[in-house]
Amino acid sequence: MDGDAISRALTRVTHEILEANKGADNIALVGIVTRGDLLAAEIAVKIKQIEGVEVSVGSLDISFYRDDVAIHISPEVHTTNIPFSVDGKTIVLVDDVLFTGRTIRAALDAIMDYGRPSAIQLAVLVDRGHRELPIRADYVGKNVPSSPSEHVRFFTESVDGRTTVEILKAEPGERIGSAPLAPKDTSEKEVEA
Amino acid sequence: MGVLSTENVLTIHDLSIDDIYLTLDTARSFKEVNDRTIKKLPTLRGRTVVNVFLEPSTRTRTSFEIAAKRLSADAINFSASTSSTTKGESLVDTAKTLDAMDCDLVIIRHSYAGSPKIFADNVRANVINAGDGKHQHPTQALLDLYTMREHFGHIEGLKVAIVGDVVHSRVFGSLAPALKKLGAEVTAIAPATLLPAHPEVLGAKVSTDLDANLGDFDVIYLLRIQQERIERSPIPSLREYAVFYGLNAGRMARLKEGAIVMHPGPVNRGVELSSDVADNARSLVLDQVNAGVAVRMALMYLLLGGQDGTIA
Repeated sequence: MDGDAISRALTRVTHEILEANKGADNIALVGIVTRGDLLAAEIAVKIKQIEGVEVSVGSLDISFYRDDVAIHISPEVHTTNIPFSVDGKTIVLVDDVLFTGRTIRAALDAIMDYGRPSAIQLAVLVDRGHRELPIRADYVGKNVPSSPSEHVRFFTESVDGRTTVEILKAEPGERIGSAPLAPKDTSEKEVEA
Repeated sequence: MGVLSTENVLTIHDLSIDDIYLTLDTARSFKEVNDRTIKKLPTLRGRTVVNVFLEPSTRTRTSFEIAAKRLSADAINFSASTSSTTKGESLVDTAKTLDAMDCDLVIIRHSYAGSPKIFADNVRANVINAGDGKHQHPTQALLDLYTMREHFGHIEGLKVAIVGDVVHSRVFGSLAPALKKLGAEVTAIAPATLLPAHPEVLGAKVSTDLDANLGDFDVIYLLRIQQERIERSPIPSLREYAVFYGLNAGRMARLKEGAIVMHPGPVNRGVELSSDVADNARSLVLDQVNAGVAVRMALMYLLLGGQDGTIA
């Protein structure tokens, strides 16, 4: 996916969010760091353009809620920032790539620690399959069939200098997941753009 | 081995510069949790943390207990008065007994220097020293570093005066080397009787006159006069000490602009700090206590998490 395709997909996702919730009045967006928060900010801009409403946007770090803390630790923990009450709101969780569903499981627990939203919905830019938990997205930018040994990664202009979704071959033994914020090596072999 | 370069934090020297900054960065995220209504994370669910406090302590023990509970670990307190140590059990046997109960982390406070090492050698659990005699108190140093870093934005280049009972102070023993390691400049200020015999090993400048360069320091860190550890009488009286080394309103007015006052607590009001200084906005004593919980949560998380050693 290139930048234009991503932008169009986000526009459609935004319209779907607004349609399903009959407007933006009770919506708050919560992006999962480190890349879902960037997408949440973009969706908020699009909601403003379409409805003229400023929705609250928060960011959520799920490091402390992971189910594999005993084995793995996130390289850098980012501060969660939810500067509004979630009670009674419809929270739209935003993430870049939906894979095993474990991140979303952790995010649901984290949100519940902030209060009791009336509903939680999930918007993702890419659904790559291979779920390990009974979780599905309400809004999907694009379904991208992938092999479990590949990375499906979202890159964005402001961080990486390009806006794309790329499928990259993983090194043997490498953990599959989102791109680090400061990728040390961007020369990985690109399989499909 | 976890993500830190050490399995036990017995002295501040166990932590590399990277370890220290990783702990301080992680603590910042836990600080946010402590501001929530629901101050609880599932992170260390099912892990057992034992607080072995064989010397009186309120703030440190409570801080560790709160930290463990906020991470959902099971925290058990073990104090001298209620344990078999009063029946004459040796430290090694206490350690082996706890080890047989499969705990994951032991926090130990003891009046003898080196006892956390004896413990660490006899348990499989990770061990954190919560203060041993006149030796070390590494988590106090970490929370002090956290407080200075959050206030000034950096530690490197800070001029820190550590004033008072240097020779009996485990706080000094941990904080001074840590500050030096991170590029701050430390000056120990105390009456000659409260300075160690060989001040050069401290890695700090030494002075006996608090008033001489008072306006130069970014941080005035006052140490408690530890009457329980003082065997002879190094100072004629507490009143005389307060006159020469206590921070009062007069000295406060001569501090550098933006300078802060710190104290590891408990404060002897009227001795190290006059009451008005203790309650002054430039005194960060309660910020230090507040940071303590977050820093201890960070250390527990980093020691007990990521056991495969990779960060991913």
